[in-house]
Amino acid sequence: MNPIAQTFGYILSPANWSSTASNPIGARLGEHLWYTLIALVITAVIAIPIGFAIGHTGRGRQVAVLVSGGARALPTLGVLTLFALLLGVGLEAPILSFVILAIPSVLAGAYSGFEAIDRRTIDAARAVGMTEWQIVTQVEIPLGLPLLIGGLRAAALQIVATATLAAYVGSGGLGTFIFLGLGANDFVQTAVGAVLVVALAILLEIVFSILQRLVVPAGVRAGRTSFGLVRAPRSRSAAGSPLQEGNN
Amino acid sequence: MNWIFENLGPIGDATLTHLELSVPPIILSFVLSVPIGWLANRFRASRAILLTIAGLLYAVPSLPLLILIPSIIGTGLRDSINVIIALTLYGMALMVRSTADALDAVDVDVKQSATAVGFSAWDRFWQVEFPLAGPILLAGLRVVVVSTVSLVTIGGVLGIGGLGLLFTDAFQRQIYSEIIAGIVIVVAIALVLDFLLVLLGRALMPWSRADRALSARARRRVVVAS
Repeated sequence: MNPIAQTFGYILSPANWSSTASNPIGARLGEHLWYTLIALVITAVIAIPIGFAIGHTGRGRQVAVLVSGGARALPTLGVLTLFALLLGVGLEAPILSFVILAIPSVLAGAYSGFEAIDRRTIDAARAVGMTEWQIVTQVEIPLGLPLLIGGLRAAALQIVATATLAAYVGSGGLGTFIFLGLGANDFVQTAVGAVLVVALAILLEIVFSILQRLVVPAGVRAGRTSFGLVRAPRSRSAAGSPLQEGNN
Repeated sequence: MNWIFENLGPIGDATLTHLELSVPPIILSFVLSVPIGWLANRFRASRAILLTIAGLLYAVPSLPLLILIPSIIGTGLRDSINVIIALTLYGMALMVRSTADALDAVDVDVKQSATAVGFSAWDRFWQVEFPLAGPILLAGLRVVVVSTVSLVTIGGVLGIGGLGLLFTDAFQRQIYSEIIAGIVIVVAIALVLDFLLVLLGRALMPWSRADRALSARARRRVVVAS
């Protein structure tokens, strides 16, 4: 049997998923998803309010652009090993590095979502007497949501990729198969880890891209799919990725 | 800090290897993305297909890709050619979209004028559309440069050369200054290559700066007038 077939055979065999297996796939997958979720939630809690504040006031934008741009050049492996040495074994080091590496995407998603809104829309909201809080919650957040989700999507993929490296510093996840396999010169085991990570990343990408389409406000969507003659000033919702990420 | 001064030689070698692994994918992905980006921009169906493939490819994390490529093309797991191929694919995942967007942004009137004064399709592409797409292509390539330089380090966990080896070595031997040196050099290489690219862009596309100054002035005039 060739190695590729063996790899898929290993993944599809129920014995390797059961809790009695030496390295159950389900448990490793669970760890991987769990790290991704925790890191994504922490990142969101930190970055979204700051991004909204920058987007709404327009202040601090330069700093945010600089931080996002600079963070893109940071080598993930370097950040991860540095924190692992500083904080020792445990969950703190990987989670902290995931959060640091994911903040720029979410921050950029939050403020660029606000920035992409036609100024006239916001002026109109102010003119009809909305308070600043109402403008943020009822106009800017709904209209900026697709780009924010785009930022979260980039962040999630970044975290899934970095979480693969977490096994290198001894923190489990799907990378465990990769590094155990590398250590034992067992290609099939390494490939099992690789195939599972790729499948997880592609699945997340698809889920987020569907989510990104679903959150486009009904009014904006109606403007886009109308007969094409009458168009709102901001006819299209800004979707897609807020900044081109480059670190997975 | 002592570690750094005692190991300037190996650090220099790792830096050179890092450059050797990061420059070819940057150039290759740019060159290969031109025809694919053109195809993506040309037809509606090809655009949807090619950009979806690019998006999914970009979602694939780099370490699994570095592991799966050798089993597909039959190289060794620690062969540096794997890094070049994997990063070329990533670069293309970004650049195909940038190229398609850049070509899409060329004014239709300009294209029609070029055809009207007798440019063949081939000449029109190379002498009109491609140069005018330049600034957006440059913006895309700058992202590719920064991400490629940073991603070469992932090869370190597989034992492929470059600055990534500093991280794995430092982690095993617990040398903080080695990791910090590695991070600083990677960021520095990325910034220097990015800066060189901006300079190259200014030299090759002098009009893009003049353009911006002009449009800024035009915008001011509109604001004053209204």
